[in-house]
Amino acid sequence: MTAAFFSWQWVFDHLDDIWEQTVEHLWLTVIAITVGLLISLGLSAYVLSNRRAYGPITWTTGVLYTIPSLALFAFLVPITGLSVLTAEIGLVSYTLLILVRNIVAGVDGVPASVLEAAVGMGYTRRELFFRVQLPLAMPVIITGVRIAAVTTIGLVTVTALIGQGGLGFFILRGLSLLFSPIGTTQIVVGTVLSVVLALAIDLALVGTQRVLTPWARSKEAA
Amino acid sequence: MIEFLGEVLAWFTDPAHWAGVNGIPNRLWEHIQIAVAATALAALVAIPPAVILGHRKQGGTIVVGIVNLFRAVPSFGIVVLALPITIALGLGFGFWPTFLALLFLAIPPMFANSYTGVAEIDTDLVEAARGVGMTDTQCLLGVEVPTASPIIIAAVRVAAVQVVATATLGAVVAWGGLGRYIIDGFAAQDSVTVFAGALLVAGLALATEAVMSVIERVLVPRGLKTARNEVAGIAV
Repeated sequence: MTAAFFSWQWVFDHLDDIWEQTVEHLWLTVIAITVGLLISLGLSAYVLSNRRAYGPITWTTGVLYTIPSLALFAFLVPITGLSVLTAEIGLVSYTLLILVRNIVAGVDGVPASVLEAAVGMGYTRRELFFRVQLPLAMPVIITGVRIAAVTTIGLVTVTALIGQGGLGFFILRGLSLLFSPIGTTQIVVGTVLSVVLALAIDLALVGTQRVLTPWARSKEAA
Repeated sequence: MIEFLGEVLAWFTDPAHWAGVNGIPNRLWEHIQIAVAATALAALVAIPPAVILGHRKQGGTIVVGIVNLFRAVPSFGIVVLALPITIALGLGFGFWPTFLALLFLAIPPMFANSYTGVAEIDTDLVEAARGVGMTDTQCLLGVEVPTASPIIIAAVRVAAVQVVATATLGAVVAWGGLGRYIIDGFAAQDSVTVFAGALLVAGLALATEAVMSVIERVLVPRGLKTARNEVAGIAV
């Protein structure tokens, strides 16, 4: 039964191939999260000084988030073609809602007394944002990055349909070889590795949070 | 660009695209049918046990684990993976693999959100209900479920939007629906059809969100706020 559906032989014969697509998948994800985070930091900084912008910005990013990924990629194909750029514009769009929401919520969660103390010590507005608000908001921001990263890894598989690499490549190729064990093996490999990659990134980000917020760790110890 | 949009407009006004199996009305109807069926069945399967477990506050850590794990599952992989399964079961291509994948993806977030909604009700409220002599069942149906209803209904709204989005991928496993235009357009390198399909799919997803929001506002008891941001979903 299992032998007919899954071929370990195929896996062992294609370890190089699997590694290459996994790295590609990771790259597509890392680029999307990095660009998404930079844009979201900009949008959030703007929202924090212009509160009225929050509604329109969450509305717009919410609409982008609601549009199914295949449709979003399809919109872009006539403009940017079957390219990495198309994939990345789509992937970045999906991160914005989650990231902006968490950055703003995180900064809003910083206690007013802390802000007053910092202002009292002579912090300028810029110093206040980068040295007090942003670090203290870090746990909530990283939670947002975790959700965005895990979501993006899943969406990267869809980019195989617009000719990109990554683990979706195996899913799509498996589909075309459906009636052979080699086909189902590739579908399983693509799907399972995508889950594994998502969980690994999630763990790595939990680790990052511990490094970036040492005060939370010392509190845990005490 | 203007020329391209003109071609898209011409695509929409072409009567051939409004008739037959591959016409917009039929594809839209297929898409709506599978989405409604999958969302309704998933809600029936997910919500009652979630509410009961939440009432007993059993299994909280498992629930959180499920949500995190399921966010990591790629819906594209699940749709394709469902195909060899339905073929082995003799259910073939098209509807069944898509339907199975939609159920599989919709149940966990609905379950988890409903569970959390009930489990995290203020204990004072539940104790007050018991204090005035309510039985366990009265307390569950009369207090806990209505109080948690904004979150439960929001979970159904989020799931419905996700199901509509994922149903687009059904075209990959030979299901109809509006995803057909995008997938067939890609295959024929016909960017007008691809773009028109994307407009239809995006429109349906946004319309689903809008309709579900109206239903939500009607169903959530007065005095409670609708749960906009507290519900976890996934993008597809």
